[in-house]
Parts: sequence; C-alpha cells; structure tokens
Amino acid sequence: MSEIKPTLKQRFDRWMIRHGRVLVIGLPYLWLFLFFLVPFLIVLKISFATAEYAQPPYSALFQWVDEGVNVAINFGNYLFLLSDSLYITAYLNSIRIAAISTVITLLIGYPMAYGIARAKGSTRNLLLMLVILPFWTSFLIRVYAWIGILDREGLINAALMGMHIISEPLIMRQTEFAVYIGIVYTYLPFMILPLYSTLEKMDGSLLEAALDLGCKPWKAFLKITLPLSMPGVLAGSLLVFIPAVGEFVIPELLGGPNTLMIGRTLWNEFFSNRDWPIASSVAIAMLIFLVVPIMYFQHIQGKTEEAGK
Amino acid sequence: MSQGANQQEAQAGVQSSQPWNDPDAVPFIRFEKVTKKFGEFYAVDDVSLDIYRHELFALLGGSGCGKTTLLRMLAGFEEPSAGKIFIDGVDMAGVPPYERPTNMMFQSYALFPHMSVETNVAFGLHQDGYSKSEIKDRVADMLALVQMSKFAKRKPHQLSGGQRQRVALARSLVKQPKVLLLDEPLGALDKKLREQTQFELVNIQEKLGTTFVMVTHDQEEAMTMASRIAVMNDGVIKQIGTPFELYEYPNSRFTANFLGQVNLVEGTLIDDDEKYAIIRSDDIGGDIYIDHAVQGHEGTTLWVALRPERLRLCTEKPDDSGHNCFAGKVEEIGYLGGLSTYHVRLESGMRIKVSEPNTHRHNEPRYTWEDKVWVTWETGSASVLNQ
Repeated sequence: MSEIKPTLKQRFDRWMIRHGRVLVIGLPYLWLFLFFLVPFLIVLKISFATAEYAQPPYSALFQWVDEGVNVAINFGNYLFLLSDSLYITAYLNSIRIAAISTVITLLIGYPMAYGIARAKGSTRNLLLMLVILPFWTSFLIRVYAWIGILDREGLINAALMGMHIISEPLIMRQTEFAVYIGIVYTYLPFMILPLYSTLEKMDGSLLEAALDLGCKPWKAFLKITLPLSMPGVLAGSLLVFIPAVGEFVIPELLGGPNTLMIGRTLWNEFFSNRDWPIASSVAIAMLIFLVVPIMYFQHIQGKTEEAGK
Repeated sequence: MSQGANQQEAQAGVQSSQPWNDPDAVPFIRFEKVTKKFGEFYAVDDVSLDIYRHELFALLGGSGCGKTTLLRMLAGFEEPSAGKIFIDGVDMAGVPPYERPTNMMFQSYALFPHMSVETNVAFGLHQDGYSKSEIKDRVADMLALVQMSKFAKRKPHQLSGGQRQRVALARSLVKQPKVLLLDEPLGALDKKLREQTQFELVNIQEKLGTTFVMVTHDQEEAMTMASRIAVMNDGVIKQIGTPFELYEYPNSRFTANFLGQVNLVEGTLIDDDEKYAIIRSDDIGGDIYIDHAVQGHEGTTLWVALRPERLRLCTEKPDDSGHNCFAGKVEEIGYLGGLSTYHVRLESGMRIKVSEPNTHRHNEPRYTWEDKVWVTWETGSASVLNQ
C-alpha cells in the first residue's frame, strides 16, 4: 500500500490547523513582551540604581568584579518617595482629582449612555458617532482648544464681558477647575461606550416586569437598571480613573502651578532634575497603585461573566 | 385532537356555569371596539371581547395576529389607539401598568437576574409595602405551590427552563392579581414538560380561581387549557368559543384549518330538503350528503370541512346508503404510533387525509401504498362553512 503524499498546500494547512492558535495568540504576546514587559523591566532596574553624572545617568545594577557578579540594589529611591511629602501629596492629589473626575464623568455619562441605548436605530447610530467624533482630531489640539475657551481672553470671558454680565475676566485657566473640565471632556467617551454597551444589552421586558409588579418607573430604574448596569459603571469608571491618575498633558496645559499631579512630578524628575532612578521609582510606585484596581476589576468581570451564563 | 373535545365534555359536567351563555352575566374584562395602530399598521382592529371571572381564556393565533398586543394593552404596556378596556368595571384608559390589577407572566419569564428566586417572588410584595413577615409567608406559600421551595436561594441562571417558568408563575401570582396574563407561558419548554405543565397550570388556576388570559400560538395548548378560545387573524377575532365549539362548529375555513387537521371540499348547494342537504363538488367528484340544515340557497358556494378522524377507509364498497363514498388509492402513509394517517388520491384527483386509530397491535398495517380503498363518512360528520 502506497501512501498518498500530501501536497505542499495541504501540509501547510494541516500545520496551520495545529499551530495556528499558538501563532495568533503568540504574536500579540511577543509584542507585549518586547514593548511593554522589557521596558518595564528596564525601568524597574533603573529604579533600584543610584543617580550619577554619567551617560547613562545612573549606576549599573550588576558589575563584573573578579570573576563574580556584584549586585548593587538601592532601595533608597523608594524610601526617599516616602520621606519627601511632595510625592505622597502628588499621589494623593492625583487620586483625588481622578476620583472626582470619574464621578463627574459618570454623572454626565450615564444619562447620555441611557439616552443613546434607548434611541431608535438611525438616531442611535448618529448619537454614537457624535460621541466618537472627537477622537478624529488630536487629543493635544482638543486640549489646546480648551485653553482658547477658558483663557483670560478666551471665548467664555469674551462672551460674558461682551454681554456685560461680568466686568472682570474670570480666572478659569490654570486652576483645578480647568483640569476637571479637561479630564471629564477627554474621558467622557470612555465612560459612555461601556455603559452604552451594557445598557443596550439589557432586556426591556425586565423593566416591564418591574412596572407590572407595581414598581414606579424611577424605582424600577434604581432596582433593576442600575444594578444590572454595574459592570458598565465599573468598566467605564476604571477606564476613566486609571489614565486620569497618571495624566500629564491636561494638568500641564490647563492646570496651574499648584495643581500637583504625579504625572507632572514624574516629568520633572526625568527632565528637570535628570534623576532617572527617582523618576523610575515614582513610575513603579504609580503602577503598583493602579494594578490593584485593575486586578479587582478583572476579578469582578470574571465573576459577572460566569453569572451571565 | 379528540383529547380536547373529550376534556371539554368532561368539564361540561363539573363546570355547570357558562357565564358566556348567560345574558345577565357581567363580564369581568371587556374590550370595547379596541383598535391599536402602529404607524399605518393595524395590530388590533376594532376588537370587542368579553371575558368572565374565573375563566381561563386563550387568545390563539399565528405570529403577528395581534394577540400579544391585546394582552399588552390589558397589562398597560400599550394604550389602545381607539376603544376602551374595562377590568372589573373600571376603565383602564391612562392607568399605568404599576397601578393595574393585573400581573403578567412574560414569554421570556423576565426574571431579575441579579436577584434570587425568593427576592424575585417577593419583589411585587415589597412594592406594596407589606410587612417583612407577611412577605416571607406569602413567598414561602407561593414557592410551595409551584414546588420551588428547595430552590429559594438560587439565582435564575442556576435554574432549568422549567424551574424558571415556575418562578415566573409564582412571581406573577404572589400579588393575587385580579387577572393573570400569560404570554406564551409554555413556549420555552420542551414537549413533554409542556404537556405536564399545562395541567399543572390549569390545576393552579382552578385552585386560586384567578382569571387567566393566555396568549398562545399552539392550538393544542389552547384546547387543553382554556375554557374559551378567541381565534385571531390579522388583528381581528375570527371566532370565540369553547374548544369543543371551535373544533366541531367552526364558522370559517380559517378556524377549521387552524384547529386540528381538516379536508376542505368546495362545492355548490344543489338541494336542501328535509332529510339531506346535497352539495355537489367537482373537487371530490360527486355529491356530499349532509343531514343537518345548511345556510344558503341553492346555487350558493359552500365548503365542507371533513376531519380526518371522522373519515373511514374500507377495501370493499360499503353497501349501506351509498352516500358519501368515494374511491381512491392510498398514496402516502404516516405511522404515528397511536394513529396512522393515510393520504388517499380520489378518482377526481383530490387528495384527502384520513386518520385511523391503531387500536390493536396488528402484525401488518391495514393498508399499504397503491391499495384501492373507499373513503366514506356519516352524513352527520361534516360541517359546512359559508366563508
């Protein structure tokens, strides 16, 4: 009996069936490894080094001395973060600003997402389009536009003074208020989209059932819609909160000199002080701060997905 | 199919009162010339309908016939475009769902996925502000009634389809509504479970005495459960009656076709004397003798409805009166266990369906393909339709 030899194409197809999955998953993992994990490890390494006036501006972690490895780990940077109140204040400030912005974004975004989810076919697509539309211009340009609106000689002041409602221009730019506006404006779509997708999936007969059982509409919202949209609330909040904590551009451009946020502190350490080890430890500490809520989110999401089956 | 009719006969003894036949009876639910338009589409078109207390009333029809819209108007999810709806004498116009004396069991059950079985059932009672202990007692009673006490702490996603159906029923009954609305209550269950649940639902309805209004597309379900059925098509009610009336005395080809199997034979009334009405039909290739009065004068086009189980097959030409006897050949046989159906091609070319019960364990089927047979029926078996 002679075996039929598979053609090259058949052999390729068989190979793909067996190894295709690994390839599909492997490529993004390779990408993440090269451009996320490796840089992260480099930053981690630098955070344990000592600042030096050299090129690169930090001490080496491993040194070959007499056929042995000399490891010099410096925890001093982390201890320094704890000892200098500047950093702790910056962290707390960042979390405070991010948290307040998240709440405001949620309060504005929820009714919008609800409205979009309840809209009819073509209107709904148009409204979704409008939410996504700002992404088509550069983030930086949009923040600059807010400078033009909030500035001393900006649009709002010009309009209010033109109508003689105020005689002195309002100071809006370079305040924390402007930072809130910037963050809420920038991250609103990240709140609306996950909320929309959970609200849109919700079975309308659940609300009807609640009404039918004697529940008034506003109470039905609180008892049925709101709890069932919690995965969306959580996803949206984290999508706003996490990047907002590390935000640099918005506080830099819209915030005043007193708006202390961790992103700016990081920038100053790297570029003004040229203290790479301290800057790296600031970055690592921030990462640890943020990983906790992400892990919690993943945990909750896994649980709700299981429950949804 | 005869199952429904038998049950009806059995019920007739027990259920002596038939309020729909009593001119003095006051209807509990009344639709008065109700129309519902969606845009230019008439979902419900000028429907008037009376439903009496303690009835288990079924709205039966295909998809898009308006039965669900009628039910939703009763629940208050839709307002009629014209006409009025009364429940227990109260005009329901503008009354929101949460103030109506109705509760609904949804087709999808609509159980709240974030609440346990217990909390789902208690939901309606909480809205009415009952005390905690009373809620607890009533929920427990209701769960016992639907045999779900063991599953009180489970979430809906941990239940099977049949269990969810029971929870939905318990939730909609716990407030003791004046009217329970059921939207395809058994649609999501498999056949065996459905049949079993049909009788359970009827038992619960009899126990509680609540008025049930049910929507279904399943004629067997309607016939098994309902005291009366309204057959709907294109937004209008074609016929209202008990399962027995609808099956034995359909008023139109639509009803005859919708409930059970039927052979419809078109013909012309040629003679209507004291003994027989004679309908001449080219379809069947001869005259059909009917032993009861027929509406219409000579020359009127009529339809004769012949139920397959009322027809008989014989190998020899029966030698009685010779009425209603047509020769043909067996073309197809369907063996269904309890009965067999035969498709017989008559000499006129018409195909007629005959079903015979398999009352004995024959070694061989009585007829086989290409057998020459006679199809015959008694003069009282057929019903005559004018439309």
